[in-house]
Amino acid sequence: MALVRYVHAINRALLDAMAADPAVVVLGEDVAGAGGSFKATRGLLDRFGEERVRDTPISEAAIVGAAVGAAMTGLKPVVEIMFMDFVTLAMDAIVNQAAKARFMFGGQTSLPIVIRMPHGGGLNAGPQHSQCLEAWFAHVPGVKVLCPANAADAYGLLRSAIDDPDPVIFVENKALYAQQSELDAAPAIVPIGRASIARTGRDATVIAYGASVGVALRAAETLGAQGIDIEVVDLRSLQPWDRATVLASVAATHRAVVVHEAVRAFGVGAEIAATIAEDGFDDLDAPVMRVGAPFMPVPYAPSLEARYLPGAQAIIDAVRAVLA
Amino acid sequence: MSTLDKREAGLLLSLFRVMTRIRVAEKHLAELFAAGAVPGFIHLSIGQEAVAAGVMAALGPADTLTTTHRGHGHVVARGIDLDHFFKEVMGRAGGICGGRGGSMHIADVSLGILGANGIVGAGIPIALGSAMAHRVRQTGGIAVAFFGDGALAEGALHETLNLAALWRLPLLLVCENNGWSEFSPSSKQFKGTLRGLAEAFGLAYTRADGNDALAVAAAATAAASHARSTGPALLECATCRVRGHFEGDPQKYRSSEEIAALATHDPIARAGALLTRSGESEATLAAIAAETEAAVAESIARAKADATPAFDAALADVYTGGSR
Repeated sequence: MALVRYVHAINRALLDAMAADPAVVVLGEDVAGAGGSFKATRGLLDRFGEERVRDTPISEAAIVGAAVGAAMTGLKPVVEIMFMDFVTLAMDAIVNQAAKARFMFGGQTSLPIVIRMPHGGGLNAGPQHSQCLEAWFAHVPGVKVLCPANAADAYGLLRSAIDDPDPVIFVENKALYAQQSELDAAPAIVPIGRASIARTGRDATVIAYGASVGVALRAAETLGAQGIDIEVVDLRSLQPWDRATVLASVAATHRAVVVHEAVRAFGVGAEIAATIAEDGFDDLDAPVMRVGAPFMPVPYAPSLEARYLPGAQAIIDAVRAVLA
Repeated sequence: MSTLDKREAGLLLSLFRVMTRIRVAEKHLAELFAAGAVPGFIHLSIGQEAVAAGVMAALGPADTLTTTHRGHGHVVARGIDLDHFFKEVMGRAGGICGGRGGSMHIADVSLGILGANGIVGAGIPIALGSAMAHRVRQTGGIAVAFFGDGALAEGALHETLNLAALWRLPLLLVCENNGWSEFSPSSKQFKGTLRGLAEAFGLAYTRADGNDALAVAAAATAAASHARSTGPALLECATCRVRGHFEGDPQKYRSSEEIAALATHDPIARAGALLTRSGESEATLAAIAAETEAAVAESIARAKADATPAFDAALADVYTGGSR
């Protein structure tokens, strides 16, 4: 085990996947010569050449559209969208084309496409470079949505995503890129659709994903010092998501808080809270609480953004509320 | 009046056969639609058959193509099984897409047909990506994007032209210019010309009489050869949309004189007249029409008798490997 930055784990997964399968190609703005805006694709051009590692013009619609056609003609494209906010320009290719091609063509073809995109605030990047839009994609039948919280899951899930026959939206939190966590010298593949227990606890279950897992673990430390022992479930995979692990944890703790950095309204947390209410109602000793961003665009000023982002205190408050 | 040599006559007879197949199939679809036997919307290509037949004559088995909402002609010309075709359009289990796509989403991946498309212009970047895969995988194939003049104002086209030119991909872009963008004259929708776009991006450009099957075949053969050996090529075929934008469209936006004049451009009548002038017998042409009528009638009868699709099978095909 070594401590490895999250972005290096992504880079390593891309490198290993490209070495393992000549059908894997990487496309995106500044992914080749510059090695990516966040350096996730550094070194790939030198190793694999410009046929397989392609700098594209700033043409998100055509890049993702091309990935659809490439996937139907035998390649496994991995597309980088520089900021998740820019995916709005590629929505037709994702929602109307990639997500539906298998279904609407009667299963004649699968579309092994991965579209990587960083979400999240904390960099004072403002309203168009900070959004967490993953709930949009979790709502579209035909795509899968992943959001790893640490280096090992970033590696293992990206390898699974690239090997997966269906389109995967792979969401990376920008604030995690520089964070270090443990990665094995021969890292494991992480299956899609399985949550992990980031911390075991008895008193309440906090369900989180991406950067919010770390925030929840910090809240757990504070609560632990006060004698409240919370379990933290890291979803890792949002579509499909691991109902069994979540419901089992809630059955043991009887209390649930769902946390994400995305806007709280109509978010991933709403689906999870509704599922717990439908399928785990008898296990609950309190209503499920949601913690998420307020219903506003991500603001620029550091003072505003700091208040906007759901922090450990918001989780602590929610846990105290479900335990009251 | 010109006549044909033996080789040209042989080619035109085969194009006549293909055009007749398209015409008869669509004529029956119009009747079936009017009788309520075809659900949803259909968009017929009656009058445009020479483009489909002529371009397809220039393609080989490794080539791939994307088409449009007005794509019946392309898939029939490429050789789709008529039973698969009619069952799909009529929403039956035995349709090429299992009855899940319908007229606007016919694909036959075994023939390199990567899908008709309900989104104007969306197939163009898909073909770009397929061309990229032909290049990376060294298949020797080219990709063909069919689109109408209604797509000239779509950003997806402009992005694709730029990318195709930058990467010099084996891509043939075929514009079927029928003068109409849905219910509006294209002259009111697009300020430039396709020739002008080709010049702007430094792409090879040819214009053909899209109602002359031999002219289309000759131009497409040259353009496909350019795409295969050198890089992207644009072929614009001027043609006529005889029916409305969709079946049932009363076309109140077109003058009766314009509609009446369409018959003089009919590509099948033109081909038939030229063939008989060149020594082909009326009886041969009549026999082709009769054989086609019989084959289409049999396919329609089998489609009517086919089962409706199973809901559970559709649900299981959203993702590869079954439902979750």
